Amino acid sequence: MPSVSTSANGLLQLQLTVNGKAVRAEVEPRTLLVELIRDILDLPGTHIGCDTSFCGACTVLLNGRSAKSCTLLAVQADGGELLTVEGLERDGKLHPVQQAFAENHGLQCGFCTPGMMISAVHLLEHEPKPSEQQIRKAIAGNCCRCTGYQNIFRSVAAAAGMMKG
Amino acid sequence: MAKNGSNGDFSVIGKPVAFVDAAGKTTGSGKYTDDLTMPGMLVGKILHSPLPHARIKRLDVSGAEQLEGVVAVVVGKDAPNKYGILPVGHDETALAVDKVRYIGDNVACVCAVDESTAERALELIDVEYEPLPAYFDPEESMKAERDLIHEQRPHNIEKDYHHVFGDPDAGFAASDVIHEARYIANEVTHAAMEPHSTLAAFEIDPQSGEPGRLTVWSSTQVPYYLQHKLSLVLEMPMSQIRVIKPLVGGGFGGKSEVIPLEIIAAVAARKAKAPVKITYTREEVFWAHRGRPRTIIDLKVGAKRDGSLQAVSARVVQDGGAYCSYGVVTILYSGALLGAIYDIPNVRYDGYRVLTNKPACGAMRGHGTVNVRFAFESAFDEIASKLALDPAEIRRRNLLKPPAITVNGLRVQSYGLPECIDRVIEGSGWGARKGKLQAQGSVRRGMGLGCSHYVSGAANSIIRSDMPHSTVNIKIDRDGGVVVYTGASDIGQGSDTMVAQVAAEVLGCTLRRVKVIAADTDLTPIDIGSYSSRVTFMNGNATLRAAEDVKKQIVSAAARKLGCPPEDVVMRGDLVFRRGASLVEPGREQSAAEILEAKDAPRGGPVSSNAPTVSGKVEGQILRGSLQQKRKEEGRRDQLTFEEAVVAAIDFHGALSGTGSYAPPQEARGGAFKGSGVGPSPAYSYCAQVAEVSVDEDTGEVAVHKIWAAHDCGRALNPVSVEGQVIGSVWMGLGQALQEEMVWKDGLLINPGMLGYCSPSAAESPEIECYIVESVDPEGPFGAKECSEGSLAATIPAISNAIYDACGIRLRESPFTPERVLAALRERDQQKKLNLTEGVSPTAPERFREHGGATWFAGKGPARHELDPARTGRVSDVTGD
Repeated sequence: MPSVSTSANGLLQLQLTVNGKAVRAEVEPRTLLVELIRDILDLPGTHIGCDTSFCGACTVLLNGRSAKSCTLLAVQADGGELLTVEGLERDGKLHPVQQAFAENHGLQCGFCTPGMMISAVHLLEHEPKPSEQQIRKAIAGNCCRCTGYQNIFRSVAAAAGMMKG
Repeated sequence: MAKNGSNGDFSVIGKPVAFVDAAGKTTGSGKYTDDLTMPGMLVGKILHSPLPHARIKRLDVSGAEQLEGVVAVVVGKDAPNKYGILPVGHDETALAVDKVRYIGDNVACVCAVDESTAERALELIDVEYEPLPAYFDPEESMKAERDLIHEQRPHNIEKDYHHVFGDPDAGFAASDVIHEARYIANEVTHAAMEPHSTLAAFEIDPQSGEPGRLTVWSSTQVPYYLQHKLSLVLEMPMSQIRVIKPLVGGGFGGKSEVIPLEIIAAVAARKAKAPVKITYTREEVFWAHRGRPRTIIDLKVGAKRDGSLQAVSARVVQDGGAYCSYGVVTILYSGALLGAIYDIPNVRYDGYRVLTNKPACGAMRGHGTVNVRFAFESAFDEIASKLALDPAEIRRRNLLKPPAITVNGLRVQSYGLPECIDRVIEGSGWGARKGKLQAQGSVRRGMGLGCSHYVSGAANSIIRSDMPHSTVNIKIDRDGGVVVYTGASDIGQGSDTMVAQVAAEVLGCTLRRVKVIAADTDLTPIDIGSYSSRVTFMNGNATLRAAEDVKKQIVSAAARKLGCPPEDVVMRGDLVFRRGASLVEPGREQSAAEILEAKDAPRGGPVSSNAPTVSGKVEGQILRGSLQQKRKEEGRRDQLTFEEAVVAAIDFHGALSGTGSYAPPQEARGGAFKGSGVGPSPAYSYCAQVAEVSVDEDTGEVAVHKIWAAHDCGRALNPVSVEGQVIGSVWMGLGQALQEEMVWKDGLLINPGMLGYCSPSAAESPEIECYIVESVDPEGPFGAKECSEGSLAATIPAISNAIYDACGIRLRESPFTPERVLAALRERDQQKKLNLTEGVSPTAPERFREHGGATWFAGKGPARHELDPARTGRVSDVTGD
């Protein structure tokens, strides 16, 4: 881990890339990554559903790996590259995963959706043509209480189709 | 014709439409309550009781108040007025006034500049409790003579009802076969993904510094009731309170009443004179609970040799927790919906809602019907076995003949149950496969059938009055934009989209033209909330009427312009034209059918980037000029654009607005007996399901491979949304059937987290094939009924019946965990019993400790807390564990 510089007031100074932009932030040592994202960087699309890294509503990509930001410390992201749901849209165009979730009714209340989509993006980056089993496994760490998952499977498969085409 | 979909000639209704709020939900820009902040906002944290039942002898908050960063600490006496969701159940206060009644009850709230300060302050609050005997098992609690949970409720019985319809004794006497058994459904909770959150802010008068008007943003299904209860507790007129519902991350009933944090945040904001936000941790969500109570059902069903049901008798005991909540309604629903799905002439019902020292149970998806349906449909399967009848056939022999009034006074008009049964029997290959699936080693396969029904909204509202249950306003301005103001609360079920579709269909405009402003008590007329699956039926009807009100005005103006009588004016596809006219699009002539087909809402309309433009004209073009001038220039016309027609109407009428409301008809409001108010609905949904399961006889594990679910929703306004609701319901039923359970030990919830609560994950959630049955209800909006709750109740018995088909065991206690399955297998094989829950009386505390038993009441049991009276003495008496 790169060394983190400490300011006079005991706060830690972080530098990281968030959704493609260089960002500096000051955090307490105890600050969680999800708190950095929501409260300090003001990106509330990443949600908190359980505080215990079970439900996956807080899933983000840290250095290209999907991570549950509620049980990482903010300092662990220092020098890293972070992608949240707000960074999926590029040049005013929705990411295929976002479009697929909307069109295939892969969401209802939408609370799990950002984390779910990040897990799907992570999967599709590594496996452009996932089987249903691979989709199920990839999002097994993301809880949804509305959909029964069926339309989420469809959405991820549809996104894979869109990204291929 | 597609497998699922509407036959009617509609342009927006019946089309698969993406949610109108999908963009906010997929980009992260949509705001839930916890995403909101305000300048000067404080964080509220609540101190919870560590004891299940205790008097508060001393409460000293001075230490917390002195901590730097703490602005205010509120306690019970800051807002002692009692409230509760039911007028007959006002037994809660914002914070405990003299007693705590469950582990997790609310004692004090700290408002501080940040969360860590608030948490530190909680530790500085000094509370001295005097522990009281506590009650954890409802059947023990009913024997209580002293130390009652609420002094005004003798024997801790919140409410009991004893209903007799027809002559049950004669019915049983006439029966050839009688089945009697005890069924137990353990406690489950909603566990919506969004933890509850409330932000409360008062306008502070700059002169006096006193708090004035209050605005509350909250994760609620019932903004209007919240406004009502805030008024009661804060002693403020409702007109001075504004409740706004931001996006809500799921409810399932867990946000369908006033949850303690909503009242506490407002009381705290008043004392702190600053905005206060409280967001529950996941553990607090479990304590707030209001889920489905543990229910003990002693059921007796009698039938003739031909399978015709003669009588049903049920004694139902619900473990309601420490407060009334929706309890009186839950226990009544259990009775009202017990038999009414079939034609049963004689019914006896004895229902007891009992208080215990655990978090209050309330309304949860399929409110009141789920557990009795599990019992009844399982029993029905046993009767079918005894009579050697096919489970589908015995159900077909007991159908209602609508239009009908059931023995308990429920009016049934549309009744798609027969078709639901046919669809799943056909779809699952029942005839060829049931009872014939091959076992592989120790794994046996089977199929089971279950049916269910549910209300499309309660015909009688909680607060008895003549007020319509829903009122909707629509405004159309010169820009041609349609704004619908509805009190309907979208909690993820898609009510905003439903409202937009209904308005667009009536007004013949595209969905993109419609903007929905919802659930803001300052802006939107009263709607009593999103519960009892009432929104599509009631708010949909109100929206339809409001849209027709506006349409009338547009049509009368357009008729003059088109030179035809108003009844010949057609509004469709963003055009207004004479019936039968050939329509012209710039540059080409097409038949009306071709143009309209091209204009009808495409799938994914609102989010698709290449969505059609709002109309053929540039918006604003006709707005700047004088319309009168334009009329002179153009003379009579064959067709108008939507904007032209709207502007014509505005010039004739001034502002263009319409109102519609809905109140259930008198004849749907039920009988005249005590308790008859709960159960009646203007329409009922129906569902049939087949589950295919396998049971590993070595491990006791049950796997559900597929569920076929047919749901009669009247008409599918948005088929993908209906499927989503049905699949979601079935999946939630699957969780309750197989693994979800709140586990208690002496009033302490052992599994207050998502991990321990064990909902099915994406990895093991089976395929659910959904069939939509459209019975087209005569009173529903376009014939629609509910689709979000009714399916849940059929899943549990479909699975239990499938387990019987697989390996010949009857599981009468949910969830069907490996332990319970193994215990039943040993019983089947006449092996020595396992000392587990199956077959053990739930009231035998020493053997059924996870439900609390009565150990605390009897003065034994391991001491969990130093103030526990059980610490002195007889701990060694306890066996088990």
